[in-house]
Amino acid sequence: MGVITLISTWLIPCFLLVVLFVATWKRVPTYEMFVEGGKDGVKMAFSLLPFLVGMIVAISILRSSGALDAFIQFISPLLIFIGVPPEIIPLAMVRPISGTAALGMTTELIGTHGPDSFIGKLASTMQGSTDTTLYILTIYFGAVGIRKMRYALKVGLLADLVGIIASIIIVTLIFG
Amino acid sequence: MVNIIWAFMAAVGIVYAMFNGTMDEVNKALFESAEEAVTLTIGLISILVFWLGIMKIAEEAGILTFLANLFRPIIVRIFPDIPKDHPAMGYILSNITANIFGLGNAATPMGIKAMEQMKELSGTDTASRSMITFLALNTSSLTLIPTTVISIRMQYGSGSPTEIVATTIIATLISSVSALIIDRIFYYRSLRR
Repeated sequence: MGVITLISTWLIPCFLLVVLFVATWKRVPTYEMFVEGGKDGVKMAFSLLPFLVGMIVAISILRSSGALDAFIQFISPLLIFIGVPPEIIPLAMVRPISGTAALGMTTELIGTHGPDSFIGKLASTMQGSTDTTLYILTIYFGAVGIRKMRYALKVGLLADLVGIIASIIIVTLIFG
Repeated sequence: MVNIIWAFMAAVGIVYAMFNGTMDEVNKALFESAEEAVTLTIGLISILVFWLGIMKIAEEAGILTFLANLFRPIIVRIFPDIPKDHPAMGYILSNITANIFGLGNAATPMGIKAMEQMKELSGTDTASRSMITFLALNTSSLTLIPTTVISIRMQYGSGSPTEIVATTIIATLISSVSALIIDRIFYYRSLRR
């Protein structure tokens, strides 16, 4: 743990140091370039705003109405049948759709079952091994104005499914 | 596609609320979540400004090209339709590196930059092959060290907070490799049509 924490806290400052050193060496006007790049960031953030508002509102309607929970309830028997622990199903379903909701669920599962329980470990692994497909799709395609996304969503969701199944199998094999 | 999914999520929610008696919650969530999205964007501004500023310096200093050259043999295989010396390679690489170390904050701006470069290459508003591959890699999460999860485990007094690093790495590898394979399958299927 010590080494990992050390790497993740040192990495960004050291990267910064290398960039500034090399740039100054090559006589790049560092501050001016920083400001120029930063202006792009402001523009980008504002162009993202409507995409995020739209997507987050639609997801929250689905969640707050209870429709998402009902759907999870509906398919639970099938998932339990193939060996998915029932406690983990809501997390597995929500992980690709909403990052904040998934993090909340992971925290709650770890809190309720304990971090070192089977469910706690499974939730931890699941949280870390896939990412919020819908969010990434919205941000990346939204920011550069991609309208026709072709097979991107299918690929993303299928990869999530594989990741979730893989987490269950691996955690069962190692800690089960 | 996204239009239908988006409208579908909202419509299903509203219709369900009519019968479930949760219209109050939906009404509240509508405005709260809009506000949440704005707060999220404001949070993003600081990250985007900082990282795009730094990356602009790195680009001017030739660091991105250097990185791209270093890992060219691997990246060229994964993204065959990006020209070898294109700056997109450098951004893709920075995004992957940031992801691996669990620096999601740094990964997003670089990912957007990579997308921008790839869009310049394709010049249309249709997702190109490499864009989808890149997206697939990102959605499968390349995180090898899940810092957020470790910190949550520590908060709840885990006996061994980093115990899940190994399982996460294996699961991530499987999901990333599968993402690449699934992406290839869909790509070749789209060619045949």
